[in-house]
Amino acid sequence: MAEIIVVTSGKGGVGKTTTSAAIGTGLALKGHKTAIIDFDVGLRNLDLIMGCERRVVYDFVNVINGEANLNQALIKDKRVENLSILPASQTRDKDALTQEGVQKVLDELKKTYDYIICDSPAGIEKGAHMAMYFADRAVVVTNPEVSSVRDSDRILGILQSKTLRAEKGEAPIEEHLLLTRYSPDRVERGEMLSVKDVEEILSIPLLGVIPESKAVLSASNQGQPVILDEESDAGQAYMDAVRRLMGEQVEHRFLNIAKKGLLSRMFGGR
Amino acid sequence: MSQLELFRKKRKKLGPMQDTEAALDSEACFKLKGSRVTMTILELYRYDYKSFNATLSSTVSSAPDFFQQTPVILSLEKCPADNFIDFIELGELCREYGMIPVAVRGGGEEQIVSANVAGLPSLPPASISRAPEPTEPKAETTVEIREVEVEVPISANKVITTPVRSGQQIYAPGGDLVVLAPVSAGAEILADGNIHVYAPLRGRALAGVKGDDSARIFCQSLEAELISISGNYKVNEDLQGSLWKQAVKAELEGDQLIISPL
Repeated sequence: MAEIIVVTSGKGGVGKTTTSAAIGTGLALKGHKTAIIDFDVGLRNLDLIMGCERRVVYDFVNVINGEANLNQALIKDKRVENLSILPASQTRDKDALTQEGVQKVLDELKKTYDYIICDSPAGIEKGAHMAMYFADRAVVVTNPEVSSVRDSDRILGILQSKTLRAEKGEAPIEEHLLLTRYSPDRVERGEMLSVKDVEEILSIPLLGVIPESKAVLSASNQGQPVILDEESDAGQAYMDAVRRLMGEQVEHRFLNIAKKGLLSRMFGGR
Repeated sequence: MSQLELFRKKRKKLGPMQDTEAALDSEACFKLKGSRVTMTILELYRYDYKSFNATLSSTVSSAPDFFQQTPVILSLEKCPADNFIDFIELGELCREYGMIPVAVRGGGEEQIVSANVAGLPSLPPASISRAPEPTEPKAETTVEIREVEVEVPISANKVITTPVRSGQQIYAPGGDLVVLAPVSAGAEILADGNIHVYAPLRGRALAGVKGDDSARIFCQSLEAELISISGNYKVNEDLQGSLWKQAVKAELEGDQLIISPL
């Protein structure tokens, strides 16, 4: 049975698309047939982060409007088997997403895919609503700062009330907290909320903590999901999160300040 | 005082948010409060000036003092909708005998318009008849007067087991609200009665929103943005004292909101 996972946050710029790309790629690496859908119609970014922007011919809105079939629009990833991307339209806006249209596309994807990752736009308007409406699970991406935590809290409220599962009175959406851009030394200096603070406020299970890392930006700019950078702490942290998402017990890493050797202290290397 | 003003003073229906706003403005020269009053209902079976006058005079003469300055609600539920009623004339008649019509209840479209013209607001018909069906009305009795309680709210307590998130609002009308999970900053919980939060209270909590001064708020960790009882409130800044993040109860002593450890 295919699972629909929405990656959402409320606030913009916290790392939803990076997370969608990383988790989607991670699930595919683990051998699951995975599709990632970009719901950010009008501001499409997923294809850039996945490095397939030049291969976009048809998009999500074309499929909804019946101007193309799903297989024409899906872009198969060249690096990872089992992974496809359904890009958003750059020229339309979020009103082009209709509930029936989205449902039709998801139903068709469910026939062949194990996981469908819905990359939600920021905000709580139509695009975000459509991305979460049919979800079975939600990854709530949060930065360790108060406004992001507040917005995530708001999104959690909406997940409980304005989704298909909530409306039909079924088991609620399974919620996971993913803390990104975490910097243990800034937490120690009291400049950032700690994992414990955020967990206490949101009171949902922690899926993972992704450390602030230069690897994320450089991976994005190269059009390569950061999870493929196995050397980087962020890549490893995302892989841990994927394993937890699949039900494995993995201990949390990167929560404390890494001890640096004398040489790296002197030269400031990372 | 006009009939309309009298009516509004006696019987108010207020949404919780309106009450909150009124409560928050400490400069306000009045406060809106909800309350229930027992009213006399004048149940009309049919209307024409002559027989109405006759029946009214005989009814009142049996107990003239009883009807002095008595506000009444004119119930049209048993009156045929096509029976034209001149409410200005009817009102004058009533006042002659000491009764003050303040509103009509039920009635046909035309009757309601006529009532509104006469300055009488219309109330929705009573959904359940609480009084026994009247015995076959005889031609000479057009009026029957009896005491009924207007608006009987069904009291209900509410229990919430999942976190109350930012942007959510939960209201327990006519009862207590019990929350067994955290109430986030930016969330709002309201109750006509008491509020219990068996987890951190970080949002806004308003107890006794319809004016119950005896309502209380209990929480396991006081981290609220605002707490209010019957319109008397304290905001976050006033709460950040020695009891911050402690288990507390809040109650009213006079107009003073008192917070003490549990």
